[in-house]
Amino acid sequence: MNSSISIDVRDFNLWYGDFQALHHVSVEIKPGIITSLIGPSGCGKTTLLRSFNRINERYGNVRTTGRITILGKNILDEDVSVASLRKRTGMVFQRPNPLPISVYENVIFGIKSHTPSSQLGRRVLDEAVETALREVSLWEDVKDRLKSRATELTLEQQQKLCIARLLPLKPDIILMDEPCSALDAAGIERIEELIGELKRTFTIVMVTHNMAQARRASDECIFMLMGEIIEHSATVELFGSPKHEKTGMYIEGRYG
Amino acid sequence: MREMSNPFAPTAYERRKARTARVMEYVFLAMGIALIIPMLLIIGVIVVKGWPALSWEYLTANPMRGGAVGGIWGPLIGTFYLTVLCLLIVAPVGILAGIYLNEYAPDNRLTRAIMIAVTSLAGVPSIVHALFGLGAFVAAMHLNKSLLVAAATLAVMTLPVMITSTREALAAVPRNFREACWNLGATRWQTIRTIVLPNSISGILTGVILVVARAAGETAPIMLTGAVASMWVEDEGWAKFTPYRLDEQFMAMAMHLNSIARDVPGMPESMKFGSALVLLLLILTINSAAVALRLYLRRRKRW
Repeated sequence: MNSSISIDVRDFNLWYGDFQALHHVSVEIKPGIITSLIGPSGCGKTTLLRSFNRINERYGNVRTTGRITILGKNILDEDVSVASLRKRTGMVFQRPNPLPISVYENVIFGIKSHTPSSQLGRRVLDEAVETALREVSLWEDVKDRLKSRATELTLEQQQKLCIARLLPLKPDIILMDEPCSALDAAGIERIEELIGELKRTFTIVMVTHNMAQARRASDECIFMLMGEIIEHSATVELFGSPKHEKTGMYIEGRYG
Repeated sequence: MREMSNPFAPTAYERRKARTARVMEYVFLAMGIALIIPMLLIIGVIVVKGWPALSWEYLTANPMRGGAVGGIWGPLIGTFYLTVLCLLIVAPVGILAGIYLNEYAPDNRLTRAIMIAVTSLAGVPSIVHALFGLGAFVAAMHLNKSLLVAAATLAVMTLPVMITSTREALAAVPRNFREACWNLGATRWQTIRTIVLPNSISGILTGVILVVARAAGETAPIMLTGAVASMWVEDEGWAKFTPYRLDEQFMAMAMHLNSIARDVPGMPESMKFGSALVLLLLILTINSAAVALRLYLRRRKRW
């Protein structure tokens, strides 16, 4: 296993019915950094992101070919359990989607669905909740209202909670689909700060529409267009001296 | 490359969960089948036993000797007029009331009380509506037991269904469409007419289907308010299509079936099941026409 590659995509194609959304995508995503997926709407970046934890396949008409290797295993193989896969590849969605239960229950929802209840004592759970909430710096805000409904938190707190609830499962990869688009400027800043801290422990792949955010918050960028990868390089290079003409046009805001 | 061990192999606990999930799936499937079987049995029995009676003659001849001989023309056309009349009363009142309750009425105690009343009325047994019709239209207003009174009674009975389904259909239209309309200077009524109604018409039609099916199938309300088991009707020429007057009694399928199945001795079995089958086919035809219309209207709706 090559430990300098976290997600290894080889010649990956994806169809929604007759429409081919991804064309021969090959890319290597490195661990311990933040990789941004950028490109105009409909270019396939969210589809690619959602392929990494196979959450697209719930929709009956999705067909794929190619390989996506995570932890040395092609996740499209028959013998992969999607439950185990998703435990290792957490996902944060565009709009914060805490479950309509208490803050506490939200954080332990993952462990509870992966562990027989006989192995989960109060102490273990309490500790997991505190650790996870501290890690996203939400503990001080919510420690007195762990029993209140998660949907009553502010959007920023909700999004932090959505990140926190992945952590007890000890994922390797966190996938983020425009995690800041529902937040205000201060919220964006704090979530970006948080993502920056998380990258020491996790591989982070983030879809974003916000060029400034991609530039600020990510180490590498992948520019996609019409279901193909046009350019993949370090953020500084991609924004400083794009190799491809279309990349340059896009980041300057001339289309998309 | 050497075959790696699988980091995503299902754990023992996951395999157990998957087994539970499969068991639950079978339980749900079994419940679904348990729901369908009685329905298929009923339809099957009626079709098999009623099929021999069906003929052009059976549909177009009037019943004779209490329905033991002849056909079912009189009751059939009676049900048609009854249903149309009932719809003519209930559809405007129900749809407009639904629009008022969803679009105009302020959210206060009175509105909530009205909604609770409407919902409870929908659960009242049909015999109670029958007695209400008898009391209100016949005893108090001194109207004859007649086609019009029966249709009005059915309309009162089906009104809650019409109101509730209209209201739900309107409520399903997203709020931001309305806000966009208001923002462009449209009045409430313009908003309703151009955006809300066209996008909720399929749901409103569902209410109409329910009303038609119930109006055509109910016996108790019409038995007390105007339907008779058998009567003489005009059998010649164009008068055959207009056998009843609004202010006189009439025959209807549900009533006809009720009486030939129970009250007439020595009734051939095929006559009973024939009537049941026609009533079933009638409702099926109305429903599928409405479903087709609804699918057509829904195809244009995209958001």
